[in-house]
Amino acid sequence: MWIAILVIIGIAIVLVLIIAGIYNGLVGARNQVKNAWAQIDVQLKRRHDLIPNLVETVKGYMQHERGTLEAVTNARTMAVKAVDSGVAAQAKAEGELSQALGRLFAVAENYPDLKASQNFMALQEELTSTENKISFARQFYNDSVMQYNNKIQMFPSNIIASIGNFKAGESFEVTDTVEREAPKVSFS
Amino acid sequence: MWEQIRDNQTRSVVLVTAMGIMLLLLGSFLGQALLGDWAFGLILALLIWIVMTLVGYFQGDSILLSLSNARKIGPDDMPRIYNVVEEMKIASGLEKMPDIYIVDDPALNAFATGRDKNHTSLAVTSGLLQKLNRDELQGVVGHELAHMRNRDVLLMAMCSVLLGTIVIIAWYGSRILFFAGGTRRSSSGGGSAQIIILLAAVVFMILAPIMAQLIYLAISRKREYLADASSALYTRYPEGLASALEKIAASTEQLKSANNATAPMFIINPFRKGGRAAEDLTSTHPPISERIRILRAMAGNISLAGYEAAYNQAHKGGGGVIPQSALVSGDASAGQAGTAVTPDEKERAREASDVLWKLHNYREVTCDCGLKFKIPPDFQGGSFTCPRCNTTHTL
Repeated sequence: MWIAILVIIGIAIVLVLIIAGIYNGLVGARNQVKNAWAQIDVQLKRRHDLIPNLVETVKGYMQHERGTLEAVTNARTMAVKAVDSGVAAQAKAEGELSQALGRLFAVAENYPDLKASQNFMALQEELTSTENKISFARQFYNDSVMQYNNKIQMFPSNIIASIGNFKAGESFEVTDTVEREAPKVSFS
Repeated sequence: MWEQIRDNQTRSVVLVTAMGIMLLLLGSFLGQALLGDWAFGLILALLIWIVMTLVGYFQGDSILLSLSNARKIGPDDMPRIYNVVEEMKIASGLEKMPDIYIVDDPALNAFATGRDKNHTSLAVTSGLLQKLNRDELQGVVGHELAHMRNRDVLLMAMCSVLLGTIVIIAWYGSRILFFAGGTRRSSSGGGSAQIIILLAAVVFMILAPIMAQLIYLAISRKREYLADASSALYTRYPEGLASALEKIAASTEQLKSANNATAPMFIINPFRKGGRAAEDLTSTHPPISERIRILRAMAGNISLAGYEAAYNQAHKGGGGVIPQSALVSGDASAGQAGTAVTPDEKERAREASDVLWKLHNYREVTCDCGLKFKIPPDFQGGSFTCPRCNTTHTL
């Protein structure tokens, strides 16, 4: 009799421990997703801050590239506006900004004075590195989201996830088809 | 995806425990042989180990960095390396940015130290900054950050402390045994049991350092492969690390400030003979040619599973390097970040040497005619004249 009660209590304790472990794992995964998203945000903000500097530096050298510069400025404005409008919209706006910047750097190849300027070189290093950081942060974010979503959908953690109301994360995809293609540079 | 860390830790704990038992056995055998007291030897060995571990834990990184003459740099000293490290920090998901140190040495090498995730440092040689382009640098930095992320750094430091303790005790034990032990035995008359214990102690003294060394190597080589795999995963570009390793292998410069205990912390073994690729059981690092071959073979399938497949292709049969649990998930998307401008080798050399001048407190003065001067910190006199255009500069 006593043995049976002890066994039942033992099983109950083990069950509680397992459930607590799974729950904590879910919370940890969700926090990692949040943290990874914050990393992307930091880098996007940094890029927004760098662009006015770049435009200011480049203006003097590129009198004939008004359109390219305006495209960058406009894309930046759109991206800043999209900050709080959800993952998909933000990804789209940032994709367009990346593209506009890519065109600007491609055009800059035609201006040897600009390319030799210390200021421009430093800015280019900062911006390309920020671009890299954005894509690495996105990569880490997407990996974290996948790991989190796996936990939510797989047995047995899916049971606890549905009870604890854990919602699936959304990955940061580059939806814009144009950005997936290589940028076309015309020398006309 | 990060589960492999836990798997590796259990395996390492077993191996480290084996090394620890070896140390304690050595201590107690020596105690019995020299003083006729098992417990005394055991406790003495334990004490030495604890003291050395504490020193290694709290001072290990600063000792290592000062031994290699490393100098810390900030974000403004050399933006390129700082950015590369930050990029890899983000890709690896490390919480804190590691401190970056530059070692003034033409050899191509890099190492990571640090006791926990809040105290991490990364050191690269100036030769590395000079010879590698951005993608290659990224691969190397990714490899070192993977060591931090996988917590290899502390484990390897603790292992080398343990190994060092065993070697030291065996060395002193043998000296004492040969000189003092002889007189003791003749005075006490000696019995057959005493002789057997003495023999066992001698055998143990010879075997323990060798066994410990082999265990140590087994731990560190597995971890090199795992760090390579993680680096490829972070950069999504295994060719970067592969071509960096190729350049490193081709270089014949030897690192001046390295010794046996610190060897596993570097990206390649600092003691390899110039031009020799093949290495055997007694190396802390896998053969570099093989590491390159595996990285190149995984092209197109960039994930831990891809690395595992490439590794198995290179080693027919035999267990892989990546624990099974880590292989279930893994993003195989190969997307490379936008390529940044890299200055060519001459500019990189100038950049690296400029940073070193600055770190040694030299002042830089640029003359109107384009000539650049590096003024030493102990320069007497307030002015000098440019030899090209005769302008006088006052400091």
